[in-house]
Amino acid sequence: MLSRTADHLYWMARYTERAENLARLLDVTYRMSLQMHASSGGYWGAALGITGLEVAYKAKHGEKIEAGNVLRFMVVDLDNPSSLLASLKAARENCHAVRGTVTSEVWETINTTWLEARASATQLAQGAMQGSDLTKYFEWVKFRSHLSRGVTVGTMLQDEAFHFIRLGTFLERADNTARILDVKYDELAPEDTTSNEYYEWGALLRSVSAFEIYRKVYRDVITPNRVAELLILREDMPRSLHACMKEVHQILGFVANARSRETQRIAGMGYSELRYGRIDDILEVGLHDYLTKFLDGIAGLGNRISQDFLVPMS
Amino acid sequence: MNNVFDELHAPGGAVRGHYAAYKDWLAGMAPEQIAQKRAEADSAFHRYGITFAVYGEESGTERLIPFDILPRIIPAAEWRMLETGLRQRVCALNAFIHDIYSAQRIVKAGLIPAEQVFRNAQYRPEMQDIVVRNNLYALISGVDIVRAALPNTASDAAEYYVLEDNLRVPSGVSYMLEDRRMMMRLFPELFSRYGVAPVEHYPDLLLDTLRQAAPAGSDDPTVVVLTPGAYNSAYFEHAFLAQQMGVELVEGQDMFVDDETVFMRTTQGPKRVDVIYRRIDDDFLDPLAFRPESALGVAGLLSVYRAGRVSLANAIGTGVADDKSIYPYVPDMIRFYMSEEPIIKNVPTYQCRKADELSYVLANMADLVVKETHGAGGYGMLVGPASTKAEIEDFRSRVKAAPDKYIAQPTLALSACPTFVESGIAPRHIDLRPFVLSGKEVRMVPGGLTRVALKEGSLVVNSSQGGGTKDTWILEN
Repeated sequence: MLSRTADHLYWMARYTERAENLARLLDVTYRMSLQMHASSGGYWGAALGITGLEVAYKAKHGEKIEAGNVLRFMVVDLDNPSSLLASLKAARENCHAVRGTVTSEVWETINTTWLEARASATQLAQGAMQGSDLTKYFEWVKFRSHLSRGVTVGTMLQDEAFHFIRLGTFLERADNTARILDVKYDELAPEDTTSNEYYEWGALLRSVSAFEIYRKVYRDVITPNRVAELLILREDMPRSLHACMKEVHQILGFVANARSRETQRIAGMGYSELRYGRIDDILEVGLHDYLTKFLDGIAGLGNRISQDFLVPMS
Repeated sequence: MNNVFDELHAPGGAVRGHYAAYKDWLAGMAPEQIAQKRAEADSAFHRYGITFAVYGEESGTERLIPFDILPRIIPAAEWRMLETGLRQRVCALNAFIHDIYSAQRIVKAGLIPAEQVFRNAQYRPEMQDIVVRNNLYALISGVDIVRAALPNTASDAAEYYVLEDNLRVPSGVSYMLEDRRMMMRLFPELFSRYGVAPVEHYPDLLLDTLRQAAPAGSDDPTVVVLTPGAYNSAYFEHAFLAQQMGVELVEGQDMFVDDETVFMRTTQGPKRVDVIYRRIDDDFLDPLAFRPESALGVAGLLSVYRAGRVSLANAIGTGVADDKSIYPYVPDMIRFYMSEEPIIKNVPTYQCRKADELSYVLANMADLVVKETHGAGGYGMLVGPASTKAEIEDFRSRVKAAPDKYIAQPTLALSACPTFVESGIAPRHIDLRPFVLSGKEVRMVPGGLTRVALKEGSLVVNSSQGGGTKDTWILEN
């Protein structure tokens, strides 16, 4: 398929996944800030930190980290290219550019998501950015992302277009899971197991739909190290780094071309480390260092995918 | 105008036979049902994103083309006449284009003045003696047809006329197909009851036509649709056609020329392209040959084309045949190349370049439609009876300054078809654009795109100027 088409599909998927993860993160942060009002500023600072938006936020709203402003900035602000609404817009624009390549159901889903997201964002922005309208909005964004994914799997031919959409989805998801884990783990001392900490780890799990999975897998109290293990190494946990990299590695095999050998090798190395890795070894290195290296690896892989497939020089 | 042909009612008020059954059905529909169907259509068009961008408005503005749920109905016998006439006309136009880029017999025979052809801005000297597959230049033509009574004749003396031959990159076929899809979604029961001829196979015919045009020797030709990009006003249609045909939608930047071959950049490396259904104008095709600043085209494309190693649909230089200054000669072309009498008439046309016709035009401007020979899309024209004195005077000085650039025609009372407007159902003026495909044979799907001028009294049906569309029913019987 056309390289430019693959590029649009890949970014369409990345932005859709990014919007979903942002909705997850903000939803959990909002709920936590309601439960533990005292430290709410810290939660919002962390949310900005995960997404790397602290500097941009302060440039617009000043030094004070205030819930309403953070939400406004991260949900409805189109000047912020990483906001929820901006991500949905970018997904829609990428889809629009290749609307003939995806099925009409996929296009209709992504286009409707944008049209409705814009309409409800306008309403939200007029209010105080709080309350059940806000949480409903996050629920809705997650639901629309499920719908996009479902309509993609359910209606598209499993050809290259499909593969590049999936590649974007899993690369973005790996990045987002690593970020959520990194900031929370950094912020929460693993030894501390007060009840506050319990809620916070529980919230982290919920933000990646892993709370019930954790219970099912470990049948035990929540400990930070197990949370890390679940989100990094579990093959069967759909948002874990292992599960994402397994998909990325496999998809790169499907779309391989004459110049992609090195990219496949690098993806294969990354996948093998997760597949055969042990949580104790990772914690010994230090989780933050490990995740920083992982995020660098994901960024590098993204660049290589662009060069090999999406915007080749000739 | 009091001699408007009413598509629905015969003079005296009786419903015309081919509308009778539909009219009965409509009378049985409750107003709320109709309102609900109209709302449903609107919301579905929004969701599909069937929009067009409007030039001159805030950039990126997308609008829906208004869709009217009342169909335009044409009886089978009338369509048979139109189909035969269209086939004849498009054959003659293709013969003309081939002729002027090769032997130029029609000019030598003195039927068309040489300067009308060779000084025409749309004439492309680069095309001289280039071999074009099957000698077919206009593979896709959109011929605008109106039913109208000439001034001072009775409304039922109305006849079909060709208003314009669009032989460059005619658009609108996606609306024809989407209008049908919408009608079948809203009123599935009507289609089984009526015997409406299907149009859904247009993309198959188009793909087959494009494949036939491939350079000799390409057994399994690769066809692409070339678009200026997502911000073009007709982008929806480009994407739609590429999808319906199952071919790649490319932009200029996706292709390059190497070793006398056009390639596209794919995820699996370069892939050869054989046929380009281009939706950009000649001027932008190749920055090396035409406009050097164009970023829409492919550098070196013309040299590959000249070598016969890629085909373009339509060919370069077809505009010389659909120019309004050439239009008056089409009936002569039909006689010259086909040895037949034209089946569908031309609108009587005054050429301002001729002194006597110019003085007639200047003296009767308030009654005429005056058009720039290179104008399109409803721009650059004066509808005399609908214009103010000042507008007429302004146009008069423009015509006087450059008479060569203008033609004039009587103001035709375009036929009117019942249409939903704010006050209910009212007659509005319509035209018809059938899409004619030229390959080993000339083919078209029954009907075409019916455009409707939604403003009361307006004769301008262009979507950029407040026009809407209707589904067109050719009855099979």
